[in-house]
Amino acid sequence: MSKATLERGLNAFREQVDAPVAAFFSSCVSCGICAEACLFYTETGDPKYTPIRKLEPLRRVWEQEYTLVGKLKKVVGLAAPVTDELLQEWQELLYDSCTLCGRCSMVCPVGNDIAYMVRRAREGMVASGNSPKDVQAAAERAVRIGSPMGIKYKALAAQVKHIEADSGLTIPIDVEGADYMPLLSSMEVINFPEYIESLARIFTHAGLSWTLCSEAFEATNTGIQIGSSDIARELVQRIVDGAEKLKVKYVIAPECGHAYTSIRWEGPDLIGKPFPFKVLHILELLDELRASGRIKTENPSHERMTFHDPCSIGRKGGVIDAPRRLMQMVNSNFVEMQDHGKWNWCCGGGGGVSANTEAEALRLKVFKRKKNQIEETGADKLVTACANCRLVIEEGLEEYRVELPIEGLTELVARHLVEDK
Amino acid sequence: MNESMDFLLWTRGTAFDVAVAIFVVGILIRLFEIISLGRAANLAAPKGSEFLPGMKTILTRTLPEGGTFKRQPLTILAGYLFHIGLLVSLLLFIPHIELFRETFGFGWPGLPNPIVDAAAVLGIVGLLAALWNRLTNPVMKLLSDKEDYLVWVLTFLPLLTGYLAYHRMINPYPLAMGLHILSIELLLVLFPFTKLMHTFTLFLARWYNGAMSGRRGVES
Repeated sequence: MSKATLERGLNAFREQVDAPVAAFFSSCVSCGICAEACLFYTETGDPKYTPIRKLEPLRRVWEQEYTLVGKLKKVVGLAAPVTDELLQEWQELLYDSCTLCGRCSMVCPVGNDIAYMVRRAREGMVASGNSPKDVQAAAERAVRIGSPMGIKYKALAAQVKHIEADSGLTIPIDVEGADYMPLLSSMEVINFPEYIESLARIFTHAGLSWTLCSEAFEATNTGIQIGSSDIARELVQRIVDGAEKLKVKYVIAPECGHAYTSIRWEGPDLIGKPFPFKVLHILELLDELRASGRIKTENPSHERMTFHDPCSIGRKGGVIDAPRRLMQMVNSNFVEMQDHGKWNWCCGGGGGVSANTEAEALRLKVFKRKKNQIEETGADKLVTACANCRLVIEEGLEEYRVELPIEGLTELVARHLVEDK
Repeated sequence: MNESMDFLLWTRGTAFDVAVAIFVVGILIRLFEIISLGRAANLAAPKGSEFLPGMKTILTRTLPEGGTFKRQPLTILAGYLFHIGLLVSLLLFIPHIELFRETFGFGWPGLPNPIVDAAAVLGIVGLLAALWNRLTNPVMKLLSDKEDYLVWVLTFLPLLTGYLAYHRMINPYPLAMGLHILSIELLLVLFPFTKLMHTFTLFLARWYNGAMSGRRGVES
């Protein structure tokens, strides 16, 4: 990448202004209602975290470059410029205190999609050199090594061998012509290998042909989180190349929020063409298999369980009913959190926040919202579908000294499959 | 008396024509500025459609959602109060409709004056509450810039002068009417170049929001 400068940043901001952005800025009347939907405001009470305010740099560029009055103001020197100092100050607001959860976009009375604009504003922040160092380093590792956590295929191969030996299951690798190619997140490889075993169990049970791809197993996309389309494009391209090489029909996004956004929604736009395969989230696939009777479960558990909707999968991805149907299938005592589905509150660690140590104290503070939400349900177990949410919630609960087991929904379903005779 | 009559005639004549022209041309320019930016084609396979969810969001965002009312009752109440007061006074006051009929040749039924009068009072109260909220609510205070206060003044003056003129509280009457019309001209001239534009652009914003969500199979 070429060197980040203010000028490149301003160009990037300019490129990010499209008709929706212009309509949104034109419509804002500073009513402040977005603050009430943002856990960084509700849990701190600090008005600087008001979502729309986080967009001041992008707003200035829009006003000064794309409106008649703004251009006039700029000519006569009445417009406040976007400076390095402003961008430095705004780094905390655009990264540490925004998980791109999109809850603000749901309440704005004039209809502004604020999260859409934060995602775009981050492009200008990266180009001007004002993104968090930790996320930059993760992005650099993702490009150079292949995973933001620095995991190479060797590590996955070792896990696969391990799982195969323990479970007696087969995990196909690089099988050309398989139907399904599941992706993983590094966190699943390192922290939650149960996910990989569960996949093997489910695919075997359903009798589907599937394969992992040694050249394209990593689904996470730091480029999406940090706001660099260049990096995001490269990472998406690797998956597309892998899937095309193996000629698979479906690519399955893992239990990871932003990975779904990246491969399902932004991917084709980033590489500039539609995919030759279909992308499904693992929960969508499980729900299809449930509906078609390809998977059968038994002995639903009677434990009181609740479900945390990962923002990128639920509110921003449209996978809302599938997890409910799956929960009902394996659990007879399912309770909803008060705000759930498209109204769910973020765990506080999405959008690159959990990878950003500068944001850690704030993240743990605002986790209070999620903690209270979970506690209100009186659940004995929390189920979710994102390895990042899971780690962030585990850490948060530990911070607040709450003991509660957490499980991934795929794993939960796999545990209840009818044993093959 | 003559001076105030001349003033009224000027506000009803040249000044009004100029103001309406700036208003119309300005709005067209602003809408062009926005729409001409376009948006990139979406290549991801859609889960739902765009058009209808967009239209639906245009309607649904009129009501507060997601616990907003509980958290910000004053913002919501003051907002409804002044918007409704303003719209009733503007669109359902019989002399306003008659003026419209004279100009465009058609009109619509209005409300009895005492009801419009009450609506105007509620509108004024709503605007004052909104201003108080803006000055004291920490979030609004931080967000607000000069323009937010300017558009408040521009909105408040027509309601106030209209109320004063209707109740003959400014004399002579032609002066009261002239001031009322002048305040509207001020509003019209600045409308396209300030946040008052949200009156029109919110339809675009809500539609884009609903359409982008609808595409992903989510109701916004």
